[in-house]
Amino acid sequence: MAQGSIARKAPDTIAPPGKLTVTLTVNGVERKLSVAPWTTLLDALRDHLDLTGTKKGCDHGQCGACTVLVDGRRINSCLTLAVMKAGAQVTTIEGLANDGALHPLQQAFIEHDAFQCGYCTPGQICSAAGLIAEGKAKSADEIRELMSGNICRCGAYPNIVAAIQQAMGQMGGKS
Amino acid sequence: MTAYIGTATPRVDGRAKVTGAAKYAGEFNVDGLAYGEVVESTIAKGRIVRIDTSEALRVAGVLDVLTHRNRPRMAATDKAWKDDVAPETGSPFRPLYDDKIMFSGQPIALVLAEEWEIARYAASLVRIEYAAEPHATDLCAQRDAAFVVEKPEKPRGDAAKAYAAADVRHEAEYFIPTEHHNPMELFASTVEWHGGGKLTVYDKTQGVQNVQRYLCGVFDKKSDDVRVLSPFMGGGFGAGLRPQYQVVLATLGALALERSVRLVLTRQQMYGLGYRPATIETLKLGAKAGGTLASLSHEAIAVTSQFEEFARNDTGWGALLYKSANASYVHKVARLDVPTSADMRAPGAATGVYALECAMDELAVALKLDPVELRLRCYSDRDQTEDVPYTSKQLRECYRQGADAFGWDKRNPEPRSMHDGGDLVGWGMATGVWEALQMPMAARIVLTADGHAEVSCAASDIGTGTYTIMAQVAADALGLPIDSIDVKLGDSTLPQAPVEGGSWMAASASHAVVTVAEEIRKELLRLAKKMPDSPLAGAKLADVVLADGKIASRKDAGRAVPIADAMRHGAVDRIEKEKANSFKNDTAHARNTHAAAFAEVKVDEQLGVIRVTRVVSAVAAGRILNLNTARSQIMGGVVWGIGMALHEETAYDHRFGRIMNANIAEYHVPVNADVHDIEVIFVDEPDEIINPLGIKGLGEIGIVGVAAAIANAVYHATGKRVRDLPITLDKLTRAA
Repeated sequence: MAQGSIARKAPDTIAPPGKLTVTLTVNGVERKLSVAPWTTLLDALRDHLDLTGTKKGCDHGQCGACTVLVDGRRINSCLTLAVMKAGAQVTTIEGLANDGALHPLQQAFIEHDAFQCGYCTPGQICSAAGLIAEGKAKSADEIRELMSGNICRCGAYPNIVAAIQQAMGQMGGKS
Repeated sequence: MTAYIGTATPRVDGRAKVTGAAKYAGEFNVDGLAYGEVVESTIAKGRIVRIDTSEALRVAGVLDVLTHRNRPRMAATDKAWKDDVAPETGSPFRPLYDDKIMFSGQPIALVLAEEWEIARYAASLVRIEYAAEPHATDLCAQRDAAFVVEKPEKPRGDAAKAYAAADVRHEAEYFIPTEHHNPMELFASTVEWHGGGKLTVYDKTQGVQNVQRYLCGVFDKKSDDVRVLSPFMGGGFGAGLRPQYQVVLATLGALALERSVRLVLTRQQMYGLGYRPATIETLKLGAKAGGTLASLSHEAIAVTSQFEEFARNDTGWGALLYKSANASYVHKVARLDVPTSADMRAPGAATGVYALECAMDELAVALKLDPVELRLRCYSDRDQTEDVPYTSKQLRECYRQGADAFGWDKRNPEPRSMHDGGDLVGWGMATGVWEALQMPMAARIVLTADGHAEVSCAASDIGTGTYTIMAQVAADALGLPIDSIDVKLGDSTLPQAPVEGGSWMAASASHAVVTVAEEIRKELLRLAKKMPDSPLAGAKLADVVLADGKIASRKDAGRAVPIADAMRHGAVDRIEKEKANSFKNDTAHARNTHAAAFAEVKVDEQLGVIRVTRVVSAVAAGRILNLNTARSQIMGGVVWGIGMALHEETAYDHRFGRIMNANIAEYHVPVNADVHDIEVIFVDEPDEIINPLGIKGLGEIGIVGVAAAIANAVYHATGKRVRDLPITLDKLTRAA
């Protein structure tokens, strides 16, 4: 059986891709990162910037737990490489509250008990912020349809819709 | 004394969850982390002939590749590998133990690297040669090889004879496919290496003490050397009751590298963990013309692995619920080349009651009787199996209030008779039943003279609301505002708690808090009595309560001493008490929760599309601690019922013994657009017998019966009976 310590010193090393420097503005703060091209925005946030509020639920753009706002638009950060977003404005769940005052969506999610385990919640809230900014959803049915990229396995969907409707009313359609 | 119990108190951990501050197992970024990635078997059965890790080891940044050949030592006995909730019979799975392959997706190598992406890339370079052997993964093909497992249900009368003589008979087979829990959080462990063999393990688990004992057994560690933490868990649903293999491998990696290691499974790899077993259910109901049951027979054949016997009660529910002089049950399991099946939300009941309640609907059709009326005619106020009364049972009210809220009296019983535009409309209902379990559990309260209390125990809050209900109960029992209560959970060093499952946590935890709060009250009374001219001089423990920050006479609130004064006078700045709950071993009563689910579906027959437009779930589950979290629990159960009825199925390619839809896009779970109006009703159910607070628990009851109510609604809409779940459009358009 090959032993790691011996093989590691072999001359024919396979080199992983080299690091690149990329600068992002995350939650209003400019952050310079040294990341490999294969590092997703999601992993950059979680592992390099310790912003673990953004969640990994599938790494394939199937669950929505990793939703963040990039230049105001909601995206799946697991399907985006960090190096592709040089210069972008990234807002994560940690950046939504303003000086400790919760964002209307965060407050509405608590009031409507729009979560149980809380793991999909940051993605739901960021996605809802993006949804409100898009201005497309008006009715509960439209919210349901346009929030269907964010899975909640605890099944809090009716409460999520109610929370979004409340925040949407308070925010007058602006994110 | 109930300022908080019974109210819709918002979750005390809500702010942490909406701001991203709540940390889950894979998010503790401790110093010096190495990252793991698992390599899984691509065959279902056989042996590993060769693992070539040389190329993986050439990748710069790779630290090691562990396999069964070079791993650190692990225990050799089954006893060491048996966790608290392992099946009694069998030999638990041991990852990376030897060259034997027992299921597709089995972990066979662990790549450890400086960065996760490097580990993941290197894992793709590990080459494996297998000696494959013939495998079996199809339950339907193996049903004749299934064997009977011992179950405690008592048969009564002669069900076969009574069935043969019945006026109206219904016999049918129902099928539930394998389903996977798919909690949103990926299974993850972060193992922090402290040197000297001491480890702190952040694990995704429903039971930190279960994992702690298991790791000590597997790695021959002293109890003090391993601490397991799980302050938050991103969904469990049963998947995290047993320790999962990632915690073994992460620990193995940390021991091999003498360094902290994180291992996060991929969504795909999580399909190599436990699952709700595919089950074939056969129901035989014999009825008298008047609409009462003469016989009830229930047989189940479920999946287990080749190495453990996992079985739950699928077949006993009907004979518990319904009056029938004759009843029989058979529970079989078939061994397949798959991982061991596992508890998944309402294990046994979600599947068994689905079949039972569809069969009851079919019987109602045969009897030309309203489905609710049939259940009322078979209704019993006694547990029919043990012939004992219930501590409480308000199922009749569930039927009544649920039917009223739903508008059931407007139902035209004729299938295909109701329409909404071009859609067929169907209304169906079903009964739900689960056990009201309670477990031994301890809690600690530390009360400080500034009027603050910390309540702690090792329980996990998997999203159910344990933090919140414990804070509510403590606030009421100590007479403090809830903001003055801190709850600490999910740490193996805290007082003893069982795994969080089976709907037993609310009853067990609230009783533990009340029990230890009484010790605090006792101590405060002792201190208060010592004060000069104490207004409580002659008071006994039963005469005093804690309220508004005071210890006060129950009869005369004016006779009171502020808690702070009593503590200050006694020169005590903190009172710390720990005590376990205790429950009488009461065999004279049955303890159950009940529900009645009513569902409306709309079916576009041309497209075969089914939408669940309305569900009313009326639940009788004792006293409700928190209307907010309780409603969310039931709502979540209903959403699971929708998934079970219409979406969820783990699909195998039996030629390869592999799962074809091992991801969360092709394994369909309900999304927001699939879920419409859900109304939850809590029927008043006072219970002075079950425990002092009258608490029963809600985690499972919400799902039980919902899939049947939907399936029955689909029949009512279309006249077509699809008995194998999920009811997909291909089955519906094919059905007669």
